[in-house]
Amino acid sequence: MEVINLKIIKAKNIKKYFPIRGGVFLKVTGYVKALESINIEINDFESIGIVGESGCGKTTLGRIITKIYDPTEGSLYFYDEKGNEYDVTNKLDKSIKSTFRKSIQMIFQNPYDSLDPRLTVGEIIKEPLQIHRVFKNKKEEIDYINELLERVGLSATYTTRYPHEFSGGQRQRIAIARALTLKPRLIICDEPTSALDVSVQNQIIELLKEIQNEFKISYLFISHNLDLIHHVSDKIVVIYLGNAIEEAPADELFENPLHPYTKVLMSSMPSWDPGNRKLDKVLVTGEPPSPINPPLGCPFHPRCTYKIDACDKIQPELLGAEHKVACHLYD
Amino acid sequence: MKNSKNILEINNLKIYFKTFEGISKAVDNISFVLKEKETLGLVGESGCGKTVTNLAIMKLLNPKATILSGEILYQDKNILEIEEEDFKKVRGKEIGMIFQEPMSSFDPLYTIGEQMYEVCKTHLKLSKTESRDKGIDMMRRVGIPEPEKRYEQYPHEMSGGMLQRAMIALNLLTNPRILIADEPTTALDVTVQAQVLNLMKSIQEEFGNSIIFITHDLGVISEMADRVHVMYAGKLVEKGTTEEIFKEPKHPYTKGLMESKIRREYKSKTLPYIPGTVPSPQHFPDGCRFNPRCSFVRNICKEEEPHEINIGNDHLVSCWLYVNGGNKLEDN
Repeated sequence: MEVINLKIIKAKNIKKYFPIRGGVFLKVTGYVKALESINIEINDFESIGIVGESGCGKTTLGRIITKIYDPTEGSLYFYDEKGNEYDVTNKLDKSIKSTFRKSIQMIFQNPYDSLDPRLTVGEIIKEPLQIHRVFKNKKEEIDYINELLERVGLSATYTTRYPHEFSGGQRQRIAIARALTLKPRLIICDEPTSALDVSVQNQIIELLKEIQNEFKISYLFISHNLDLIHHVSDKIVVIYLGNAIEEAPADELFENPLHPYTKVLMSSMPSWDPGNRKLDKVLVTGEPPSPINPPLGCPFHPRCTYKIDACDKIQPELLGAEHKVACHLYD
Repeated sequence: MKNSKNILEINNLKIYFKTFEGISKAVDNISFVLKEKETLGLVGESGCGKTVTNLAIMKLLNPKATILSGEILYQDKNILEIEEEDFKKVRGKEIGMIFQEPMSSFDPLYTIGEQMYEVCKTHLKLSKTESRDKGIDMMRRVGIPEPEKRYEQYPHEMSGGMLQRAMIALNLLTNPRILIADEPTTALDVTVQAQVLNLMKSIQEEFGNSIIFITHDLGVISEMADRVHVMYAGKLVEKGTTEEIFKEPKHPYTKGLMESKIRREYKSKTLPYIPGTVPSPQHFPDGCRFNPRCSFVRNICKEEEPHEINIGNDHLVSCWLYVNGGNKLEDN
């Protein structure tokens, strides 16, 4: 198949600060600096992985791209299927709102919370169809819902059941069916398998991969699980404390990690080989600092074993061609 | 470590729950031993009964639970028959427990110090200043920076990793002989997880406790355990040393779990997985409970429950495939 690399989303220098309010008059006393100047571009039929620890801002990034949050600074561009560019940094314009919402969907981490417990499975999947008035004919709509349910590995007879009647894996399948209803071009998967049982996780990943190939969808995978991110992504961005610190094609990043933090992340993964244990060789100490008071210079310098003079003064920029890294060691 | 004494013995433990949907056979006839100074890994997915087993050891089971049979022997006494008043001297003192969520297992209304004092007062009869010294010393040993300041802080002022360290310090105050760690690092980040696991290892070396390590993460088990027991749907399906289980997994479920690790080589290939889902405890299938998801299933698996078969090297497996002297039957 000929692939025309159409862009879907371009985010430029995205910054997101959440105000902290305190005192009697709820004055702003500080900011949670969730994201600092992130650049990302997502093309058609491409998977991008975002990896980082809790609180690093990876979920915030996903939510900015779906327009759940507005960025504090920076700009966000959306491209329709003809390649026209729209500035969607602030409130969505009426002319583009419906196309944007149809094109970008999201799958959340916890399928126990993300499905309305008072709606039946049929109603959950029908809701987006009715909002966007996709079908005029009821029969067509029902057929489409049944077809979708069967596509994600559920029986069409489940439409009248409620979410609590299903296991975690099945609920995540329902969430996937809901995300698929409007034939989106990009699905943001925020930790799609981390709430599921180990033996079920791989089923869901396989389903997501099949769907991607069938419908030619792009994914933005957000996860803390390096193995998972490597498996599903073409390109990986490593985020630490709101900063993108390394960006590379998946295999390249794993064969040749450059940033000390990326190396630490990789060595912290348990070995699965009791004859060759490796966790006692992990060098890092401490925990990620609070995003309210991030350290000056490189965000990783307080925990970094290779720290040099410049690290606590100047923040390194993300530099490089295919394989980008933000670290003074590679200046 | 091989010939060390048993410190805890669990025989034919059976715990059922009465629920609206029927009887839930949460733990069904399991037996195992914990040896001195070892780490025993208990692996299984949600609802397999691993937490219920350990709550039974701590005598903290929900009153709705019925213990139908079995005994838990600790120092030649059956824990299940000890009166609650007497057991209070054991729980927290000789058997400690580390929970999954450090945030919700501390009382948010008391400082870490006050909660440590409570332990010291009840079990060690220490005064406030003595327990302060002991607490701060212990916090320093588990790697908490500025323990004097942390001692006065409330749980919400500390991060997850720091709280989990505090929880470990709190448990070590009484130097318990058995530590039950129920998913102690699941809520933590990988880099912090590595540190907490290393801490637990060095503590075991120093204090010589036995640890029951409960988790669903086989990777963590491979790093921590001396022996591994695999649980599925209220049953122990496989027992063995960590090396054996990882090198030669026998039960189809254990094999499936081992293969579920996403390896680098799988990139752009289909991931192996176990079909189906974990059955709900009210509707466990007849015969072997894994049979609906097993790819080696035979008629007998659907009818009769397999018994435990010793295939040598302290490796036990409950599966019909191994009934013939430990050799896998050829005819399927």
